[in-house]
Amino acid sequence: MSREQGAGQLPLLGVERLVKRFGGFAAVDGASFHLMPGEVLGLVGPNGSGKTTCINVISGIYAPNGGQIFLQGKPIGGMPSHKLVRLGINRTFQVPQPFLALNVRENVEIAATYGAHDGSNADIEAILASLGLDAYRARAAADLNSAQQKMLDLARALATSPRLLLVDELAAGLHPAELKRVAGKLRELADSGMALLVVEHLMGFIGEVTDRVIVLNAGREIFEGRLSEATRHPQVVSVFLGGDDVR
Amino acid sequence: MRRSMCHLIFILVPVVIAFALLPRVYSNHLLLFNFVVFLVLAQGINVIYGFSGYLPFGYVGFFGAGAYGFSLLVLHLHAHPLPALAAGAVAALLLGVILTPLLRLEGAYFAIATLAASEAVLQVISNPNLTDITQGPYGVRLSGVYAPRFAYGMAVAILAFTFLVVIFLRNSRFGLALQAIRENPISAGMAGVNVVRARVIAWLVSALIAGLIGAVYAWYISVFYPETVFDLGMSIFAIVFALFGGTATILGPLLGVAILYGVYNGIGIATPQYFQLVYGALIMALVLFLPNGVLSLARRWGLNVP
Repeated sequence: MSREQGAGQLPLLGVERLVKRFGGFAAVDGASFHLMPGEVLGLVGPNGSGKTTCINVISGIYAPNGGQIFLQGKPIGGMPSHKLVRLGINRTFQVPQPFLALNVRENVEIAATYGAHDGSNADIEAILASLGLDAYRARAAADLNSAQQKMLDLARALATSPRLLLVDELAAGLHPAELKRVAGKLRELADSGMALLVVEHLMGFIGEVTDRVIVLNAGREIFEGRLSEATRHPQVVSVFLGGDDVR
Repeated sequence: MRRSMCHLIFILVPVVIAFALLPRVYSNHLLLFNFVVFLVLAQGINVIYGFSGYLPFGYVGFFGAGAYGFSLLVLHLHAHPLPALAAGAVAALLLGVILTPLLRLEGAYFAIATLAASEAVLQVISNPNLTDITQGPYGVRLSGVYAPRFAYGMAVAILAFTFLVVIFLRNSRFGLALQAIRENPISAGMAGVNVVRARVIAWLVSALIAGLIGAVYAWYISVFYPETVFDLGMSIFAIVFALFGGTATILGPLLGVAILYGVYNGIGIATPQYFQLVYGALIMALVLFLPNGVLSLARRWGLNVP
């Protein structure tokens, strides 16, 4: 596993002093972090700390109001989603967002057709099978349960062969067996060289899949390191559990 | 692409042959022509609403733009009807391009905005100060190019083109991408679909379809007023026909026009006093029991309707 990278290597994703405001509220307020190829970075923090907004900005759903985002050194901040997808960025959604009226295979086929970067053609059937969706390929996405819809989100993302996968609360609502399988799947993707940014509230899951975590509070990172260290960090503890303000 | 070949052979070809031959056995040619017009308009609505999810109440604006594009070329340049048809198409496309910013709106806002746009174009064209150019509110007379048989033939050709477009959308990945955008534009973007471009293409294609048939309409009836070709009732009819049969299918709008326009002409002429009652009841039944159109019934039984 490529947990520690050489210092000279260019990060796959670089986020520098990123700012995203909604009206007067800065959801992301100067967050900076980076991600190496094959690395799994956990993005944790209390509700409203800007985790999902970070992912929304990196995936092109919102344009940033300040700061910069780099993909292998090239600035990509503010590019539309479909271009980012073709550069190798994809994501899943906290609430699954399938094309409800289309069937499972069509959902994935669209992504494989339009989103493939560097001309690679994803094997749709293999992706469906690896996520346990092959038995439902002809069924409308609307007929899947929410765990299956989450897997369909992931399948759609994987069909574009991303280099960077943004995973937004994939584990929430899954039962233990599914959790274990998903964690294994994410580690497998990372081992194949894909970089993953994982937003999650389930710390057990974060501990299992991530190499490193960033703790966000009020749109800014307050800690970077291993999860086990984060739980001993006084400011992180204060943000999650309350207590004296150590800032 | 075997499925699309089937659709061509078993849907497009019979429909076109039927409408090409019907004038020989049925003498009410105007009624046949109107069937073709509404079939084309309903399929145009299918392209922009069924596949792309935008419901344009002002769809008739493109129809009127086509009719006036045709008429202006004939009136001022004494053009042959065929280049004038092209002018009608260009006029509708131009209007479509001007209105593309409306695609930023959604749902009812989009529907109402297109309605307002269509009204605005009507008001400009029927402005008495523009009488020298558009004949203003006094209407257009194109008796010099009157050729109903030729015009009917062109209408059937446009019908064939329209079915070709819908068959393409039903079977192609582009059609799938449009449906993906209709379902969830954000996810469509994350599937790599250029959402803005695909929407604009669908919008302009539907404008082109209405513009072409509007131009042929002007040619066929040859005497009309601005209100005739910008009649909101045409939009409503086309929308209701498409929805009644079932959108995002090839057969839905065909079925909708056959049933509803058939009923309209059958009862409307025989017993007009019952017409609105029957029509209202039909549409209420549809909305209550089959909101996705008659064809959704077949889908409920597990049939894959083209």
